Amino acid sequence: MFDLARTRADFPILHQQVNGKPLVYLDNGATSQKPRCVIDALVHYYERDNSNVHRGLHALSMRATDAYEGARARVAKFIHAADPAEIIFTRGTTESINIIAHGWARAHLKAGDVILTTEMEHHSNLVPWQQAARAVGATVRYIPVLGADAEGGLDYAALDTLLTPAVKLLAFTHISNTLGTINDAARLCARARAIGAVTVIDAAQSIGHTRIDVEALGCDFLAFSGHKMCGPTGIGVLYGRRDLLDQLAPDETGGGMVVSVTYEGATWKPSPERHEAGTPNIADAIALGAACDYLDEIGRDAIAAHDHHLAQIAMEKLSVIPGIRIIGPRAGQPRGGLVSFAFAEVHAHDIVTFADEDGLALRGGHHCNQPLMRKLGLTSTTRASFYLYNTAAEIDVLVASLHRIQKFFVG
Amino acid sequence: MSADLSELYQQVILDHNRRPRNRGKLPTANRVAHGNNPSCGDECSVHLRLDGDRIAEITFDGSGCAISQASASLMTTQLKGKTAAEAQKLYDEFHHIVTTGEAPAEISDLAAFAGVHTFPARIKCATLGWHAALNALKGDPLPATTETHKD
Repeated sequence: MFDLARTRADFPILHQQVNGKPLVYLDNGATSQKPRCVIDALVHYYERDNSNVHRGLHALSMRATDAYEGARARVAKFIHAADPAEIIFTRGTTESINIIAHGWARAHLKAGDVILTTEMEHHSNLVPWQQAARAVGATVRYIPVLGADAEGGLDYAALDTLLTPAVKLLAFTHISNTLGTINDAARLCARARAIGAVTVIDAAQSIGHTRIDVEALGCDFLAFSGHKMCGPTGIGVLYGRRDLLDQLAPDETGGGMVVSVTYEGATWKPSPERHEAGTPNIADAIALGAACDYLDEIGRDAIAAHDHHLAQIAMEKLSVIPGIRIIGPRAGQPRGGLVSFAFAEVHAHDIVTFADEDGLALRGGHHCNQPLMRKLGLTSTTRASFYLYNTAAEIDVLVASLHRIQKFFVG
Repeated sequence: MSADLSELYQQVILDHNRRPRNRGKLPTANRVAHGNNPSCGDECSVHLRLDGDRIAEITFDGSGCAISQASASLMTTQLKGKTAAEAQKLYDEFHHIVTTGEAPAEISDLAAFAGVHTFPARIKCATLGWHAALNALKGDPLPATTETHKD
């Protein structure tokens, strides 16, 4: 286990009062806070190295290019990709998934084909597939989620009937942002690969929380955002197997991604430049590299253990609050570092407004997961999501706040 | 509890949230409009029977936070018997209350929502039912959404 007090000291934002109470930041599923070293990387870049990449021959441009390409290599190492050219910098998970939905799915799918996904997907890993399917006449099918509270996770047995030869692409979330369910990514990829389907993992919730090895997972594509893993907003990654990325039609065209341009047309560079038209987000990519360093220094196994520890404490202490309904895995079962819950008598937004008064940052709503909410008979839940700087004492603040809220609204 | 929060969750609001008035569908309705707040998922349908230009009966149903549910409930008690023009005028007054916190003395229970103005994110909650009601009065077939209407 790592030194929690020292870790907290790395995050300047945590040391403030909100509404007169110490900030208790439990909205990490939405975005994580940034350690000093990531903020410093941004400042250093803008104060010392800022220049455009890839085309300059002067000192600053060479430094910026080295740092930017160094960040690409760093991210490749972070997810154990074979080649830095398999790392495309994007704006985030949503853009990464859209690149595949536009470039791969629309080019390779035809009428009658099936895109398989799950009933627990975030809108960002659902709507792009629905749109791609509509464009080519394909169908989207869903691996069911089991249990009235979705406590059973994915129905792996259903794969036997769902994985037909018509399935050309399987897209699924690694850790559910709403349920905390950890999906068996390696098993899903292996099953899909056995029938020749391409696999896409939405790693937005898992990337900063657990060890990710794209070779061990056996996926074709993996998408994530920097801002949920201690990195800046506005930078994300699309990992793709080299051969697939080199076949993928560019989603955007312009400068930096061409080999040769004439008045008649143009030819494309290979990956990664092929998929990064225009001046890239240099500063944020470099700072994302710093975030990789930071997380690896602490150790992702230690972070995953800490998440699990906090989630189990939260499950134990929340489950005894009268009237609470917790969705996702039951207490004692594996679960990512988040807990979503609902009260019949108190709406999530009233909870979040009240909890804010106690310095708590929670999230209330449908978590960009409307179909799952509807399936569970809910319109919203309140979510507490943890990260490496959260403490067991902060869960006590949450529990005390919920008791107070429950008393106020229900009496 | 802070002054701001007790101002937001006034007794009138808590009461309407716990015991909503005129909640449910209206079999005799000749106008129905649906409202939603896409950023939070709150939903509210308003059912009303117009007798000439006057609201003879009005109900609401849906789900959402205490502010949105209490506001829709209280709204139904205020709009019954009003004409479309009177309803619009009442909404304008209500909108002024929730955005500025200023409530004229004669405006009854709606003044309970004055506390909303210190929580800008909740103004949409307070106005959701009203958007649906005004759409129903206009006979607007499109769902009212807080994202395309001005608060």
